[in-house]
Amino acid sequence: MAERCAVIGVGQTQHTSCRADVSIAGLVREAVDRALESAQLTMADIDAIVIGKAPDMLEGVMMPELWLVDSLAAAGKPVFRVHTAGSVGGSTAIVAAQHVMSGVHKRVLTVGFEKQSDGNAMWALSVPMPFGMPVHAGAGGYFSPIIRSYIKRSGAPSHIGCMVAVKDRTNACRNPYAHLHEPDWTLEKAMASPMLWDPVRMVETCPSSDGAMALVLASEDVADAHDGPKAWVHATAMRSEPTAFAGRNQVSPRASEDCANDLWRKAGITSPIDEIDAVEMYVPFAWFEPMWLESLGFAPKDHGWRFVEDGVTEMTGRLPVNCSGGVLSTNPIGASGMLRFGEAAMQVMGIAGEHQVDSVRKAFGHAYGGGSQFFAMWVVGKDKP
Amino acid sequence: MSDDVLRIRTPISIKYQYSAGPRVSSHLLGLMDGRFVGKRCPVCELVYMPPRNGTCAKCGALLGEDVEVGQRGTITTFCVVNVPFLGQTIKIPYVSATILLDGADMGMQHLIQEVDAADVRMGMRVEPVWRPREEWQPSLENVMHFRPTGEPDAPFESYAGHL
Amino acid sequence: MREVAIIASAQADNTSTTTSTPVEMLIPVIQQVLANASMTKTDIGFWCHGSCDYMTGQPFSFVSAVDALGAWPPIIESHVEADGAFALYEAWLKIQTGEIDTALVFGNGRSSSGDINRILTLQLDPYVVGPLWPDDRSIAAMQARACLESGVVTERAMAEVAQRSHRNALTNPKALRRGDHSIEALMAAQLVADPLRELDCPAHADGVTAVIIAAGDRARSLADRPAWIRGIDHRIESQNLGNRSMTTLPSAALAAHKAGVANDKIDVAELHAPYSHQELLLTSALGLSESTTINPSGGALCANPMMSAGLARFAEAATRVMNGTADRAIGHASSGAWMQQNLVCVLEGE
Repeated sequence: MAERCAVIGVGQTQHTSCRADVSIAGLVREAVDRALESAQLTMADIDAIVIGKAPDMLEGVMMPELWLVDSLAAAGKPVFRVHTAGSVGGSTAIVAAQHVMSGVHKRVLTVGFEKQSDGNAMWALSVPMPFGMPVHAGAGGYFSPIIRSYIKRSGAPSHIGCMVAVKDRTNACRNPYAHLHEPDWTLEKAMASPMLWDPVRMVETCPSSDGAMALVLASEDVADAHDGPKAWVHATAMRSEPTAFAGRNQVSPRASEDCANDLWRKAGITSPIDEIDAVEMYVPFAWFEPMWLESLGFAPKDHGWRFVEDGVTEMTGRLPVNCSGGVLSTNPIGASGMLRFGEAAMQVMGIAGEHQVDSVRKAFGHAYGGGSQFFAMWVVGKDKP
Repeated sequence: MSDDVLRIRTPISIKYQYSAGPRVSSHLLGLMDGRFVGKRCPVCELVYMPPRNGTCAKCGALLGEDVEVGQRGTITTFCVVNVPFLGQTIKIPYVSATILLDGADMGMQHLIQEVDAADVRMGMRVEPVWRPREEWQPSLENVMHFRPTGEPDAPFESYAGHL
Repeated sequence: MREVAIIASAQADNTSTTTSTPVEMLIPVIQQVLANASMTKTDIGFWCHGSCDYMTGQPFSFVSAVDALGAWPPIIESHVEADGAFALYEAWLKIQTGEIDTALVFGNGRSSSGDINRILTLQLDPYVVGPLWPDDRSIAAMQARACLESGVVTERAMAEVAQRSHRNALTNPKALRRGDHSIEALMAAQLVADPLRELDCPAHADGVTAVIIAAGDRARSLADRPAWIRGIDHRIESQNLGNRSMTTLPSAALAAHKAGVANDKIDVAELHAPYSHQELLLTSALGLSESTTINPSGGALCANPMMSAGLARFAEAATRVMNGTADRAIGHASSGAWMQQNLVCVLEGE
């Protein structure tokens, strides 16, 4: 029943800790202009705009999409704003795809962004609430006990997190847009990185970035007429579960497993490890790579860490993960999910430059947010679904 | 017009009023009395301490009867904090743990002190150390931290479902 | 296009303030709308909601709303930083893709959490307008002044909007303000932001609205007379206060055109116009005639629970279609200063 939809344009900003050289509008336009150029379209060609970002306290502007209308040539068009916490970049891409798949629009521009250096990100992410629990642990403190549980349950050796970190930071050196360009990481150096929230080390932790990612999504007729590369949306899926309830499994949340199973079913994929050629998954703390590999069905339970150790997820491995450098190298919160979805599309489109994997026919994009409770995923492919 | 004007600092100040709501309020009043008062879900009958949002998120139901839990509990998982951050007042490294109070069905977060960080382990039995009564507020900060009781560790099965 | 209809709705009583948490306010309304539809949570294919962090004074504030849904086993859920009416739009799109057949959408918010007039200032250009801190009511007053000076609106017409709204609200148990006021009394009332008087301004409220939509035959099985969404569209215009019309609403007119408002008569229009003069602009933009009953619920002048006020208009319009008092109705939601963004929905009985 759904109309076909393809990504025909991708554009992102130079991500870094502080883009003092541009306004919020300038940051967004940098990504948007590149996406439009990539799609060989102009602003006037766009039918609808879908914007995603995380809490507005990060920039101090409430519902900035209202103000950005002029900058996005959006007057007279539908503008839509998604906010689903950390997964927002991914869910925004899905909502944008639905604008096309519903048959309502033909050319949809979507952008995820965060200019978090404008505000105080640490404050904005955990504004102290009265009557709430005293915050003793900071951001990483929420996830590190979960990681500890995974390590204990799976028997993973302690260097796995560092292996992922070295891989992602090295991959980022092949991505000119990535925030962190740190070419000298070795496993030995990583294991000496300071422990922040035991068992999570500094090198295993994502940065705080300013950045934006934009995609142009098109209906089948528009995509067919487009003479540039394209990535067909094969399937999308989203799932949510509550933050906290008695007995909740946060190592492999059920919402993650249900979302992945739904996605594979819709995409007609029976063996993800065999049928997916490149993965962009949301790994803000390195240990989440082995955890998500298992949760998503790429690796059997308690074997995700073995994939890492065996080099399966290296660029040259059987299942390259985060060749872009991932969230570990670039994390503008509102954009990160769309970066994953967009980088997956880039792999299929063959436009990932130095971090391009050979012969990618199908790629997987993944985003998650909140207390590992919101999940958004898609499969994109070279062929029509 | 100066070419150097690239940034503008615009302070924002907004006053908000927050309400704990009736259900969380009974928990907070318990803290004013040195007690851990949780609430039971009328649908699944599990006990939440603290009664987050006054709701059982699994059932989508408003929590019901008050249930006192603790004072003692078991550490189900923890992390050793080694990073300075905004608002931190305790000397690093220190342990932040999830503690399953006796009688509760979901853990709560708090500090662990009076033990070396390296000696903290899953299953450790702990008890609260309260501030002086005259300092009490409607807040879990009435408890300065939890410390080991010295009891033998709780068996894994007793908290395995809460990891 | 798949046929989609509103088949049930529920609203909290609008209050000027409450000591309940947002989640405590939400749960009874979610349970009520499901009960009204004779559905359970497992019958719902998609949950979508609208709310605003800055209004709540908490980042990620929508996350606690998920606690109200009993999201176990995990659900398909999404959130917009906008009025719940936009959540309905997202759900309508998702139904069109064929992925789902039913959706429960809601909007919630406590306008009383902070000074809402001041909070809305944060929507404005952060470099050159926001730092001057023009509050929402003052900005609306500027527009009203321009409308009066240009003759597009008269003080009496504004008073008539206020009078009609408040009288209509006498029969709306959910409204926050209601009353029988004479035009003379209204026009003599104290100005709060010249030319606006208190009753020209929205009745800021804490509230929740929930609506269930369903596709095709599923809708027919759930309601005797579903309110079919025959057209739905939203458009936005520039926010730039110095560079846009103060006396017309082009985005509303365009959305109305795309939604097919003019295809047939409109019996009832529930319009989310926060200020009295804006209702007049909107009525003109939508091309409504004298025969249309406007805001039988009392509209935003009698209850404006931000983030659910627009969805409440949809609920009120749908209710009248479903109970047979209207054959064709409009539900409308707006957002942004001077009604910058407009979502128009045409509802019809079968």
